[in-house]
Amino acid sequence: MLIANIVGLATIALIIWWFWLYKPKAKSALKTDVEVIVKDGVYSPALINVPAGKPIQVRFTRFDESPCAEMLLIPELEISEQLLVNKETEIVLPALTSGEYKFHCQMNMYKGLIRAI
Amino acid sequence: MKNKEPSQQLIIEGAGCASCVGKIESAIQSTAGVVSAEMNFADRTVMVSGTAHASELIRAVESAGYNAKLLDNAKADQILDEKEAADWEYYKKLLRDTFIALSLGIPLMIYGLFIGEMTVVTTTERISWLIVGIATLGVMYFSGKHFYVGAWNSFKNHSANMDTLIAVGTGTAWIYSMVVVLSPDVLPLMARHVYFEATAMIIGLINLGLALELKARGKTSQAIKRLIGLQAKTAIVIRDNKEVEIGIEQVLENDVVKVKPGQKVPVDGEVVDGHTAIDESMLTGEPIPVEKNVSDQVVAGTLNKSGLILFRATRVGKDTALAQIINMVKKAQNSKPPIGRLADSISAYFVPAVMIISVLSALAWLNLGPEPAIAFATVSATTVLIIACPCALGLATPMSVMVGVGKAAEAGVLIRNGEALQTASKVTAMILDKTGTITEGAPKVTDIVLANATDEKSVLQLAASLENGSEHPLAEAILESAALKKIELLKIQSFKAITGQGVKARCEGKSLLFGNAKLMAEEDVDLTGFTGRAQSLAKEAKTPMYFAIDGELAAIIAVADPIKHDSISAIKRLQANGIKVIMLTGDNRETAAAVALKVGISEFYAEVLPEDKASKVKELQNLGEIVGMTGDGINDAPALALADVGFAIGTGTDVAIESADVTLMRGSLHGLADAIAVSKATLKNIKQNLFGAFIYNIAGIPVAAGVLYPVFGILLSPVIAGAAMAFSSLTVVSNANRLRLFKTRES
Repeated sequence: MLIANIVGLATIALIIWWFWLYKPKAKSALKTDVEVIVKDGVYSPALINVPAGKPIQVRFTRFDESPCAEMLLIPELEISEQLLVNKETEIVLPALTSGEYKFHCQMNMYKGLIRAI
Repeated sequence: MKNKEPSQQLIIEGAGCASCVGKIESAIQSTAGVVSAEMNFADRTVMVSGTAHASELIRAVESAGYNAKLLDNAKADQILDEKEAADWEYYKKLLRDTFIALSLGIPLMIYGLFIGEMTVVTTTERISWLIVGIATLGVMYFSGKHFYVGAWNSFKNHSANMDTLIAVGTGTAWIYSMVVVLSPDVLPLMARHVYFEATAMIIGLINLGLALELKARGKTSQAIKRLIGLQAKTAIVIRDNKEVEIGIEQVLENDVVKVKPGQKVPVDGEVVDGHTAIDESMLTGEPIPVEKNVSDQVVAGTLNKSGLILFRATRVGKDTALAQIINMVKKAQNSKPPIGRLADSISAYFVPAVMIISVLSALAWLNLGPEPAIAFATVSATTVLIIACPCALGLATPMSVMVGVGKAAEAGVLIRNGEALQTASKVTAMILDKTGTITEGAPKVTDIVLANATDEKSVLQLAASLENGSEHPLAEAILESAALKKIELLKIQSFKAITGQGVKARCEGKSLLFGNAKLMAEEDVDLTGFTGRAQSLAKEAKTPMYFAIDGELAAIIAVADPIKHDSISAIKRLQANGIKVIMLTGDNRETAAAVALKVGISEFYAEVLPEDKASKVKELQNLGEIVGMTGDGINDAPALALADVGFAIGTGTDVAIESADVTLMRGSLHGLADAIAVSKATLKNIKQNLFGAFIYNIAGIPVAAGVLYPVFGILLSPVIAGAAMAFSSLTVVSNANRLRLFKTRES
């Protein structure tokens, strides 16, 4: 029983760290033309580093047929775009001020972050 | 000067940098027959003018190292068709997955409920359940693979989603069951229960839920589809004195376009020849066709009912009013009202929180629960995960907003964003501008009271001839009245305008006077017997003017800005909804009082300057009112901006669309009542959806965790949780679809 309790509490600690406390590190260099694949429930990459003050092209290609993946929203920039299956949809972002801009699907299940640096 | 060459638009692929523009343009320009090529880097299209064939242009682009294709004139339709085809394929796949999973799940569930125990005691049972376990694994692979792959990808990304809950829930049920089958000895006898039916049923039901949701979703976006469907695909234009039929994207500004009866108007323009009646109902909600004559505006997407017209194209492509409306409706459909953003912030933290609750519930059962505690712990942990999926919560708002904004657009009401949609439902005080909002905004001759003259027509002929030289705003009303009656104007001599009084002139040997009582007094015209009639006209918000011939009063002509035919009933609708209606006008007190009395408004303010309109809004806000302001002119702009919701009366073809919170496409104030009605209905629908989603998600979790067990002995089955989860989204989407049946106008 003790072991079960320890495993349970450790699982809770892992969930908190993995989903809430973990701070993602940028893998990509700063780019003005970014490609994002929408597949199997996620955006890849989900963290995009872009230079601030320059217009950015983000090209989303949706391979995920789930209706959840259909709409892409970037609320802070008032952008909403329909992503067609197996098609590339290009979104031109205006020159951004430094900061973080969340993007997600209509149901907020697929999530990503644009970081203007 | 606009280019008059035929043009084609190409979509360019592979142009990643601005420097590509020059390369592509020069490649196209070097093709024989090309007059000009202009590339728009933002949307990667090139507009090519000239006679070159599309295939030659595409070859030229390819030789420069890029790909190109011709932009089809039915692009919007094509995108919708592609989407529908993709949705249909996915729908079939989901049904197939459902069938596979339920083919195993249903017999197993029937067996468990009516035939035998789902426990593992004997060796035969172990072998039998091992086969079932492998079959379930097959179902997980063939029907549920997308959940597991999605969950894994999401996990790698440090995020959790719907797939995570389904994968962890069904995975837990399957692994536990396999432990029972492979090593029953590690578990007490009572806990040797298998849950393969739960795994198969959950996968089946959630796939079925997704399929049904997909189908119901298709209906919610019908408003946009209908708007896009309004666009004509081709246009007949007159070029080089010949009629040519071309795709609408090839129509240029200043082209002369021909529209026959029964055809749709392809682009926006101004009538240059002919007259007709045009059905603008899909754009404005107004069912009666509108008469169009030379120099009237026509709008793309409307239907020519009767005559043949030629018009000059003034706005084409994405600049047409219809294209702007479609764009605005799309934008508004995806912007959430404040109530919706609350659900978003909840669902962002929801999945990991649910996972923690699931673990805590398992620990509680293990530590405090009755035997077999491990089986109870597994069931509750799995059920919590399955029932808590916040899918319905995420859908609750956007689905209703999508239908609501579309519904409003169908009634000729453009709602700019989700915030305006929500605030409109809460308006407690509505300020209405008078001129152009309650009234037509254009003075008209309302009465001709004959004195010494005997013929109304000749009075109007002389008066209009006299006023032809005047620049007074009321003169226009008299001239229009004469024009409507097809009265020919006469030649005037010795015309003289007397500031603040009127005009005098000679015509066909007669001396004419037209103006106010002061002018008549100065010219010794006797008004005895007619001043009372003039006063009573003034009390009806009409402006009486005296017309004298050869020093004798011939008639009183009254001019007024008539109240729109349906203003009274629309104002009644607003008042019936408990909204305080207030009128503001820059006009004089007498006229304002007469109009207010006629339309049933008890609170009004006259002689108000534009800046005072804004302070009136502020004053009402300070009294705690949620203020709506309705106006049509630039002078209303400060008040429109300051109000909680600004309603602009627009023709739908100008800046009003972009600047107001809500634009009423037709002049009628019923649009205002419609906007508030749609807004209220949408908010109610969102609340119902959120309530439904919360019941499934929030109330379901404690039940799944087993809080009812100690008192009532109720512990939710994971299968029921799976069904509830799958159908919660369907409920939300179906409820949003109910809004489509909402009628804006009271019968």
